[in-house]
Amino acid sequence: MAFKRTSMTDISRPTWFTYLALVVVLVASLFPFYWSFLIGSGDSTTIRDPNMSWFPGGNFLENAATVIQNPAVNFWKALGNSIIVSTTVAVSTVVLSTLAGFAFAKLRFKGSGGLFVAVIATMAVPVQLGIVPLYILMAQFGWTGSLGAVILPALVTAFGVFWMTQYLQQSLPTELIEAARVDGCNMIRTFWNVGVPAARPAMAMLFLFTFVTAWNNFLWPLIVLDQSNPTLPVALSMLQANYFVDYSLVLAGVLLATVPLLIMFIFTGRQLVSGIMAGAVKG
Amino acid sequence: MASTDLDRPAAGVTWRQRLSKWDVKASPYLYIAPFFVVFTIFGLFPIVYTAVISLMDWDTIRNSGEFIGLANFDFVLNDRKFWVSLRNTFSIFLLSSIPQLIIATFIAAMLDHHLKARTFWRMSVLVPYVVMPVAVALIFSQLFADEYGLINHWLGLVGIDAIPWHKEVIPSHIAIASMVNFRWIGYNALILLAAMQAIPRELYEAAAIDGAGKARRFFSVTLPQIRPTAIFVIITSTIGGLQIFDEPRMFDSAGNGGADQQWLTITMYMYNTGWGELNFGRASAIAWLLFLIIVVFGLINFWLTRRLISSEKSGS
Repeated sequence: MAFKRTSMTDISRPTWFTYLALVVVLVASLFPFYWSFLIGSGDSTTIRDPNMSWFPGGNFLENAATVIQNPAVNFWKALGNSIIVSTTVAVSTVVLSTLAGFAFAKLRFKGSGGLFVAVIATMAVPVQLGIVPLYILMAQFGWTGSLGAVILPALVTAFGVFWMTQYLQQSLPTELIEAARVDGCNMIRTFWNVGVPAARPAMAMLFLFTFVTAWNNFLWPLIVLDQSNPTLPVALSMLQANYFVDYSLVLAGVLLATVPLLIMFIFTGRQLVSGIMAGAVKG
Repeated sequence: MASTDLDRPAAGVTWRQRLSKWDVKASPYLYIAPFFVVFTIFGLFPIVYTAVISLMDWDTIRNSGEFIGLANFDFVLNDRKFWVSLRNTFSIFLLSSIPQLIIATFIAAMLDHHLKARTFWRMSVLVPYVVMPVAVALIFSQLFADEYGLINHWLGLVGIDAIPWHKEVIPSHIAIASMVNFRWIGYNALILLAAMQAIPRELYEAAAIDGAGKARRFFSVTLPQIRPTAIFVIITSTIGGLQIFDEPRMFDSAGNGGADQQWLTITMYMYNTGWGELNFGRASAIAWLLFLIIVVFGLINFWLTRRLISSEKSGS
């Protein structure tokens, strides 16, 4: 959202201190990764060396290859699984939330007010705490160890429905829906021709936030998946158990697992920033 | 399509109309149904059923339970680990939320200028948010290593003795809180930045005309104006903060919260009871106790927010 600045006085002109502070913040947010790269490009002794060089060594590719080839870590499988889970969850959450948001924001039906209050109320429920019965449920269906057990509970969130409802209420004029109806569109065509185009910016943001959240999710996958079929965070947690004497390998693996989202961030960070600033979002 | 309908005999029109009427009536329910179905099966039912299992001695092999009343709660409430994990969870939460808010406010104030390469600076503070907490925890647990860690090395350079980050209670909490802060400071700074940009610039100009300097304007204009957003940031961080698991779990390679449970949190205690000891009844009792704590926190938050808002209204 843009806010009008009434005048351009010197009040908000940055000084050298402003940039200095921001450079410090930038260095602080990148430093842990650079340090990991220093360790991950050295050998098993680098981490214990108090006089280690501040320039990277030459072993990163070798270390990365060792991690990738270790069958206990299952790196490619974990990467593939994380991509499948995060993409499926994000697409499904966006589609189902937009549908529900369209209904709540723009369609009139009995009980809509009460049902929307129910959606808001469920946002405050820490559903993570139901994991014991959820695990028993998945075991009963024989789904433990499969990606479906991670995907199904995350198909749509209360937050997503709330976010899309808020957005469509503001950005989709009711007249457009009426016009589409007069033109003979049925409900789902109206949704597709009028609702989706209006919702597109919010859908993109919801996709990104859901993707990041699903990608980083650890507790539930750790419980319900096993080592032979992990997601990246689960595989990473195995790294330490496998190599805890050689941190050049652990941290090379950490960087490998971090790179995909950093690449995504370079292209989509702008949308993430405006998503956070537009609605106060918490993933 | 509509024009061809009009040419048709009357019976066809009513059929179409009936279909369209049904479409109008049923569609909204169909569109919201997926959320309620998913929430009921994977959210509501498990939470409620957790209460049932918490009253049982659950047999994980036969997948059934025997009713034993409140014995699980009795055990958990008399277990030292429960109270230690409760203490640790609150301590880590306080050590992360308060510094987080202060630093985020400062960063937001820095970003709230006419910056060159504005988007670059805003994106740069958000980098830690997209990195897996598990990855951050693996990196930080080495930065905070007791013997050869970089932090202790630096402390040594300025003449401070090495701190036993993985042995003592408060140091381990500080190390874990720093991971949480690392991840969320930039994120919260952007929320606070949005609040700062919504402040009418006239307020600053009026203050400047009155002779207020930069610091004075920050404390008497900016801070009061962003207070509701700051409260919102704190409230949203409680639900997640009380369930903290990833960072303390990865703080050492064992994942048991330290030899003496120095950094065992409630969710870790539940995980270890459920999937370490395979005692689902006790794990459910722990889950429900944590649920109640979060609900109590939610109610306190709600009450505080309402009081603050009403006092703000009567104050102005």
